[in-house]
Amino acid sequence: MALIPTFPSFGWTISLLQMLFVIFLAPLLYGWIGVVRAILQNRRPAGLLQPWRNILRLLRKETILPEGHSYLFLFVPPLFFFIMAGASLLIPFLMVSPPLAPVADAVTLVGLFSLARFAMAAAAMDLGTPFGDMGGRREMMVAFLTEPATLMILFTVSLWSGSTAIPSILHSFSLGHSPFHPSLLIAAMAFILVFLGENARLPIDNPSTHLELTMIHEAMLLEYSGPLLALMEWGSMQKLLLYLLLGIDFFAPLGISRGLSPLSLLVGLVALLGKLFVLGAGIALIESIFAKLRIFRIPEFTALAYLLSTLGFLLHFVLEV
Amino acid sequence: MTPSLLHPPTSPLVGFLGSALLLSSFAMLAMRRMGSLVRIFALQGILLTLSTLSVALAAKEPHLFFSALFTLAFKVLLLPFLLFRLLERLHIRGEVEVLLNVPTTMVAGLFVVVFSFALSAPISEMANTVSRGLIGVGLAALLLSFLMMITRRKAVTQVLGFLGMENALFFSAINATYGMPMVVELGVAFDVLVGTFVFGIFFFQIRETFESFDLKHMDNTPTE
Repeated sequence: MALIPTFPSFGWTISLLQMLFVIFLAPLLYGWIGVVRAILQNRRPAGLLQPWRNILRLLRKETILPEGHSYLFLFVPPLFFFIMAGASLLIPFLMVSPPLAPVADAVTLVGLFSLARFAMAAAAMDLGTPFGDMGGRREMMVAFLTEPATLMILFTVSLWSGSTAIPSILHSFSLGHSPFHPSLLIAAMAFILVFLGENARLPIDNPSTHLELTMIHEAMLLEYSGPLLALMEWGSMQKLLLYLLLGIDFFAPLGISRGLSPLSLLVGLVALLGKLFVLGAGIALIESIFAKLRIFRIPEFTALAYLLSTLGFLLHFVLEV
Repeated sequence: MTPSLLHPPTSPLVGFLGSALLLSSFAMLAMRRMGSLVRIFALQGILLTLSTLSVALAAKEPHLFFSALFTLAFKVLLLPFLLFRLLERLHIRGEVEVLLNVPTTMVAGLFVVVFSFALSAPISEMANTVSRGLIGVGLAALLLSFLMMITRRKAVTQVLGFLGMENALFFSAINATYGMPMVVELGVAFDVLVGTFVFGIFFFQIRETFESFDLKHMDNTPTE
């Protein structure tokens, strides 16, 4: 690997910066999506900092523990939060190959996300309340339906590099392929669908309500309060950002820093912020256009994602070998 | 992968339009409303026109420009117009009735795509057009339209499947041999047009006889 920096400690600094970047920027991105949504719906936006204000307020509140909880209920929120923070070390976005690059396999990442999801669903079922149960089951249903599509997207992307390690995928993209690939475009469409499903966004789940019987994500968090709820929400915001970063790595890696010079890092950072700005607005647009799907239509939605990803995979062999 | 060294890969734009056409075939399979089905058919016509144009530009074959023009006139403007008028006159609105539910049809469609890509791989290696990678895509779109005709219950959707099949045939011809001779193309275009008229009249007859477009009524018609 020629990309390993001469100063390993500097690489680690960048990695830590990446983690802090994800932890502190995720609520801002959430706020940005909320602002655009509010503007599109003719409401007055609550401001970019609203998710931060929510988190800080929740952290100050006391924790009310429901009757009959076990240790699982207490351990899952910090676990969820730190899995997401740890995952940010594996996704290269400020530079191509972070020191944890040998571990940074996309399949590992999918596994980490699955672990976090399993923990969350288990904690939701811990109390045995009907809402938690229902939310947990639905979350697992959506997850098992989107997972094949996620893996097919990974395989489509990794056909270029012959490896599912994210740094080598990024490296193969820099080797002078044209930026316009039918198979990648179709895989990107599938990725958008998977993204919406995995992060409980609108066509699958409505992130801004507690009132519907159809809720998924909120139903799992219903019994949490105070700092524990803050950790769960914060973790979910990080997950959203991480998925976007993964998508940027796969489908729009233009501008990412290849070396460790301050200038290229700065250019990479600006490009990244610009992409997140656009993508956040895009998510808000999608959420304003589409109505929530009935829960029994979700298999159709995910079948579409799987179909698109597999088509992308197949078209690679016909059109681009 | 030696063939790729002998022939340059399909140009990205041609490839992209071809894959968009394949996606539109899948969209026709997935649509639930009649109106949007006709709209997707018109969209497929537009994609076919653009794809013909892109092949014409990439291969520098001037006669394909005329083909593109015919496609635009017939499949984007005239046929959708006729179909919309037909739907309005027959008061057809609402949902498409399917024999197989949509996700299952989609998965079946995927198998069809794998099958036709595998089948057309040797043909693609023999062909020497700029867009030979798309022969498999054309075959897949053809079989998907077949699938649509098989899995639909109503006569109108079956006719749309038939028209989609004609689109796919045209697409395959362009990518395999830069199109059929102009006389044949014109002939086919007029055949399809006349066919649509005949189908239109036929629909009225079906409705008068059975008071429904469900083709299962035609199974036990007395032969006398």
